[in-house]
Amino acid sequence: MVKVTESQEKPQFKTETMQEVQRIIAQYPEGKQKSALLRVLHLAQAEFGGWLSVNTMNYVAEILNLKPIEVYEVASFYSMYNLKPVGKYMLEFCHTATCATAGVENLIDYTCKKLGVKTGETTADGLFTIKEVECLGACGYAPMLQLGKSYREHLTPEKMDALIDELKAKG
Amino acid sequence: MSRKLLLKNAHIEGIETYEVYRKNGGYASTEKALKMTPEEIVSEVQKSGLRGRGGAGFPTGMKWSFLAKPEGVPRYLVCNADESEPGTFKDRYIMEKLPHLLIEGMINSCFALGANVGHIFIRGEYMWIVDILEKAIAEAKSAGWLGKNILKTGFDCELYVTPGAGAYICGEETALLEALEGKRGNPRMKPPFPAVKGLYQCPTVVNNVETLAAVVPIIEMSGDEYAKIGIGKSTGTKLISASGNINKPGIYEIELGMPMEEFIYSDQWLGGIPNGKRMKACVAGGSSMPILPANLVCKTAAGEARLFSYEGLNDGGFETGTMLGSGGFMLYDEDQCIVRNTWNFARFYHHESCGQCSPCREGTGWLEKVLHKIENGHGTMSDIDLLWDIQKSIDGTTICPLGEAAAWPVAAALRHFRDEFEWHVNNPQLCLTQNFGMHTYADVRPLPTPVAQAGA
Repeated sequence: MVKVTESQEKPQFKTETMQEVQRIIAQYPEGKQKSALLRVLHLAQAEFGGWLSVNTMNYVAEILNLKPIEVYEVASFYSMYNLKPVGKYMLEFCHTATCATAGVENLIDYTCKKLGVKTGETTADGLFTIKEVECLGACGYAPMLQLGKSYREHLTPEKMDALIDELKAKG
Repeated sequence: MSRKLLLKNAHIEGIETYEVYRKNGGYASTEKALKMTPEEIVSEVQKSGLRGRGGAGFPTGMKWSFLAKPEGVPRYLVCNADESEPGTFKDRYIMEKLPHLLIEGMINSCFALGANVGHIFIRGEYMWIVDILEKAIAEAKSAGWLGKNILKTGFDCELYVTPGAGAYICGEETALLEALEGKRGNPRMKPPFPAVKGLYQCPTVVNNVETLAAVVPIIEMSGDEYAKIGIGKSTGTKLISASGNINKPGIYEIELGMPMEEFIYSDQWLGGIPNGKRMKACVAGGSSMPILPANLVCKTAAGEARLFSYEGLNDGGFETGTMLGSGGFMLYDEDQCIVRNTWNFARFYHHESCGQCSPCREGTGWLEKVLHKIENGHGTMSDIDLLWDIQKSIDGTTICPLGEAAAWPVAAALRHFRDEFEWHVNNPQLCLTQNFGMHTYADVRPLPTPVAQAGA
């Protein structure tokens, strides 16, 4: 079972995000605004700290005129939605098929040791979460990870060092 | 055998932009298509022999002909861009490099089907491609290829992009439609098929990215000409996503019917196996398709050259053959462990089972657990038979094909590599530090145990 964690703040989309939400809703026929749910949840997650609290999900339900349960059941089904807080940077390593034969497990171990966490955990400074995910469609460029909206491919320990330094510098 | 239809312009700088795409002959097929009748286009696609490129290989023209056309009810075209089959990354290549090729194919197809709206459902992890597609759609629209009264023909067409959020099951067309309606990706019972009741309970055709892109060359050259490319019922070209222990991983467009040996070993294609290693096994069509031992990859059981086509890979059925599937080609060299790889796949299917059907929900978990046990030196001989029983009780007992997708790779691994599983059981310590190696799988050795005995 997915454990849902409560947050305190009452969310509110920025004006430009709200315009984007309206643009998305308008893509679907009248009364079928539920079709926008998956994408609006992505927007909500990006804007409200990288995860979906009950408050956030209730807010999305309100915007799309849905029952809160319709949002919870979707949010808990799809693996890209985080139902508890995560680090600012999610290092999502593909561990399936070719990424596995290309040695991603060693790379994950290396990264975990470097950051002092286990997979699924977040560093104490709140910067990094390491996660193992299923095939991301980059098998020809293995091993790889997903970081937000981008893929980092052909990874090596040296490239991991550089990536982590880069992200730490950004803070 | 290196004719390119889809990727012929992929090397051109800036081909992802409308301007460059149009300058290189882009949208010519749409100009032609909109002068034809919808029935003529469907007929061209039927004549072309095009088969679904997502994995099932169902004839596209036939799928289109099933579309119900009740008066006053909208019809939809949905592009399946949920590409999630392990080993497959070809649709991503089309959408990143040639977004206008997909759009062009979708406009032609919408016109043929009488659909005024097309939705592209793309896996959520490809979020940056959503931007690429929406930019290309906006370009096409401002150039007059989308919107109202396209080319003054009276035909209206809009395309939209909807991202998923991480679920392999949404590649199954009815689960995809559920997700597109903003629900959990639980596959629907069929019938009714999407052609009768699909998106919003309206008649819907769901086609893979590569399938819709192939409609462009079919219109350009005619269905009859397209059908001359390839071999037998495997017409046209196919994109292959190649990865694993090969010298040149990447996306390749092959003419169907190319010899497997040429594809794997020729420098023009994959360039063979690195570091002087030998091939041990190959998955030719994505993780759900049966794995083949090396001695059955380049040659069929009858000793003839195996061809890269629907029929060529299927030669020998599941006993000694496999399926083309999505074209997710993965090659394993002699250092790879089949038990570990099978466990990796089983873990994937367990994670991705939607949980709706008991045989899949429970069975995939058992497969993962038992394989993990054997791989880590805790297995018994009866565990191997247990695996066979579990996969058998999933196969054919579920609403959607995820059950089969989980069962087939396990069945094939047991069928061809049973001695490697037994070696793990008999050498619980050794298997933690050493691989089983090539054993009887190399090209020159005798054929593996027939299917009936393997399961006994």
